[in-house]
Formats: sequence, structure tokens, C-alpha cells
Amino acid sequence: MDEKVKISVQNLNFFYGQVQALKNVSLEIMANHVTALIGPSGCGKTTFLRCLNRMNDIVVGARTEGKILMDGYDIYGAEVDVVQVRRRVGMVFQKSNPFPKTIFDNVAYGLKINGNHSRSELAARVERSLKDAALWNEVADRLQNSAMDLSGGQQQRLCIARALAVEPEVILMDEPASALDPIATQKVEELIQELKKKYTIVIVTHNMQQAARVSDVTGFFYLGELIEVDRTEKIFTKPKMKRTEDYVTGRFG
Amino acid sequence: MVTETHFQKELEELKWNLLRMAATVEEAIHDAVQSLVKRDSDLAQKTFEVEDRINKLEITIDDMCLKLLALRQPMAADLRFITSAMKMITDLERMGDQAVNIAERALSLNQEPQLKPYIDIPRMAEITQSMLKDVLDAFVNRDPKLARSVCERDDVVDELNDQVMRELLTYMMSDPKAIPRAVHLMIASRCLERIADHATNIAEDVIFMVDALIIKHHADVEEKG
Repeated sequence: MDEKVKISVQNLNFFYGQVQALKNVSLEIMANHVTALIGPSGCGKTTFLRCLNRMNDIVVGARTEGKILMDGYDIYGAEVDVVQVRRRVGMVFQKSNPFPKTIFDNVAYGLKINGNHSRSELAARVERSLKDAALWNEVADRLQNSAMDLSGGQQQRLCIARALAVEPEVILMDEPASALDPIATQKVEELIQELKKKYTIVIVTHNMQQAARVSDVTGFFYLGELIEVDRTEKIFTKPKMKRTEDYVTGRFG
Repeated sequence: MVTETHFQKELEELKWNLLRMAATVEEAIHDAVQSLVKRDSDLAQKTFEVEDRINKLEITIDDMCLKLLALRQPMAADLRFITSAMKMITDLERMGDQAVNIAERALSLNQEPQLKPYIDIPRMAEITQSMLKDVLDAFVNRDPKLARSVCERDDVVDELNDQVMRELLTYMMSDPKAIPRAVHLMIASRCLERIADHATNIAEDVIFMVDALIIKHHADVEEKG
């Protein structure tokens, strides 16, 4: 596979008011790779993730310095439509948040508000998204049921389907499996391995073993700095920085 | 799980590479033995080339196992399979070294008249090679019974080696000019005996892998925790 840079983060500094949460972070997110961000609580990994689709814009007093280029264009540029950024860079959260609607309407929601689609077009795209999210087989015969009746794992995959429906290029995942039981977690992890064929994935996880299982590249954050980023097998077999080694061997964290 | 996970595919790839290495070792031993018994020095040369492939595979597989342990947190049977694989490749690589030693003896022996008809050494070779074949079948088919039968044949090979030593001693004592050739043959016989030992080690690893029983260093089978 050709190694192409999808997102290039250059000298990113982020402030919540006076507090600096990210310090001079530079990182390249490769297309069709799974990049995992690990680090102890409060290290800045979720803050960093939320910069990638400008979710931090809605935080009062937040300030971003530096550049984040997607396909070469700065997503913080003056003429950039932030809604379009969030369409191209989708997000899945720790606690799944299905809308109190039918399964079908959950997935179709983004499509309905984003443009005119015929009924058959909507149905086709909903089906495709549910298939890509490995949920179709379980819900095909009850699309008009409420999404709230689904199990935790199914709800999370529904949220993934919903994110996929608007055809993003990048999917951000913030601890996507931490609220799920082991079997559901395994399904989501297996799904991530499939999704990377079509999408670029960035996942924040406090579970190192999950990062080891699921990702191609791992970045280790500590106190707002990116300490080390490398191919996952390197980070977990012979990391370069002692701090990284201390973290992955469980000496602290 | 109906469909195979990525992890299961990686385990299959590991197994496939192990079998590739084993097949290469079988080839090396066969060529080395033939180079001695048929006095064919070209086959001895071929053995040296085959050994290079064996060593490369050992490194590749070792790397795969380390990666699987670090990234996949394997448990139970998967864990035993991977740790057994790491041990098996060591025994296989040593078998490759022994094959090279036999080929080197053959090169020396083939330059001089044959000391005596080769009877016991081909017999040892046949049993040793069947031990290797059976232990690989035991591995593929997860058959501890077949693996145990391999362990039992090791005694036969040991006895044949002793017999070869005794007979060659008599040649050396009756004619000093026979000593260099006799020594080469004794070394070759010892190499075969070592190959059989390594096959036995692999059999013990297979039994551990399948049944989680450790039978190393004991004459009888004992269950360990």
C-alpha cells in the first residue's frame, strides 16, 4: 500500500484559557492506517483528537496555534467551512449516543439534513453504512424499531454507521469500546481493522492492549507533549524513549 | 466466530512458515545423508545452500512470534502454540546445522576409498528421518500419541549410534590408516543421533502445545500444573 499522509499536524499548541494543554505537537496521520493515541489521564490525547475535526471550537476560551493540514489544506484556514470539516472527519464517542429514533432514521439523519436524497437513495446508503459497520445482518429485518432497544455494542456500531453514512474520509474514535463488554469490544476492534481499508482512523484509548491489537501506528502523549510516535510493533517491543517504555511496561500510568 | 479474525489469519501464517522451515530442514537432512551414503559431493554442496534458507526462516519466524506476543496478548492454546513455535525453530535450526556437518564429513570421505559398506548409518538415517516426518505430522494433526511414538524411537537411534562407534573402533585399532575416515563416520553418526534428539524435543513441544503436559526430562509422562 502506498504510504500517503492524510493529515499533517504541524507545531500544534492548544490552550484552554491560560492553561496550555498541547505543547508543540507535530504528527503525520497516514491514510488508510489506524493511528492510536495512548497516554495517562490528562495527557492531552483527547484534546488533540478533538482538534482534528475542530470540535474544540465550541469550547469557550479555547485557542489553537499551529497548522493542521488535511490533504494539504489547513482546516483552520480563514475560508474553511467547519461543517464540511466535520463531514469529512467523523467522530464516534465513548458513550454511544443513538438518537431516540428508529434505526433507519439514526443512520439517515445526517443525509437528510445534508441534502436532498430520494427514498431509494437513502435506503441504499443506510444499508451500505450498516453493512460497513458490521451491523446490517443483525438489524436488516427491523430497521423501523427504536435504536434504544439495541444492546450497548449494537448501539456503538449504529453510531459508527451513522458516522459512515455521510461518507467521511477520516473517522475519529474516542475510547469507542470502553463502555462495552469483551465480546462487543472484539467486534468493534475487528470492525476497525476492516474499516481502515476504506477510511483513515484515529483512535484514543486508555487501554494499551487495545492500541497494540488494533493500530498500525501509536503515538504516546504525556503532559501535553507527544513523546514518541512510531509503528505500533516498535512502540510495544523496543520504544526509543524511556518514558514510553515506562508507560507501556506499566511502571506508571 | 464464523469468519476468521485477523489474529487467526496471523496464526495460520505462522503455522505455514513453520512448516516451510521444517520442509526445508527435511530436504537438507535428506541431501546430506545421500551425499554421504551415495558418495555424492554435489549433494553436499546443495546442503550448504539449503542451510542458508533455514537460518533466514528462523529469524523471520522468531520475529513473527515476538510481534504476536507483544501485540495480540494470546491466551491458552494460542499462547502455547506461539511459545512452542519459538522453541521448535531453535531445534529445527540446529538440525540444519547438523545436516551441514554431515555434508562436510561426506565431502572429506568422498575423496578417499570407502572404508566399509554403510549399513548402520543408513538405518539410523531412515529412522531419524521418519521421526522428523512423524513429529511434523503430529504437529499438523495435533496428535500427541504420534508425538510420543517419536520419543520412543530415540532409544533405537542411540543404540545404533553406540553400535557404529564400537564397530568403527575395531577398524581404527586394526589399521591406523583407517582412523581419519573412521573419525569422519563417527562424527556423522553422532550428528544423526543429535538430529533424532532434536526431533524428540519437538515432539515434547507438540505434546505441550496440544495437551499442556510437560514431559521433558522424565522417562514417564507426568502431569505438571
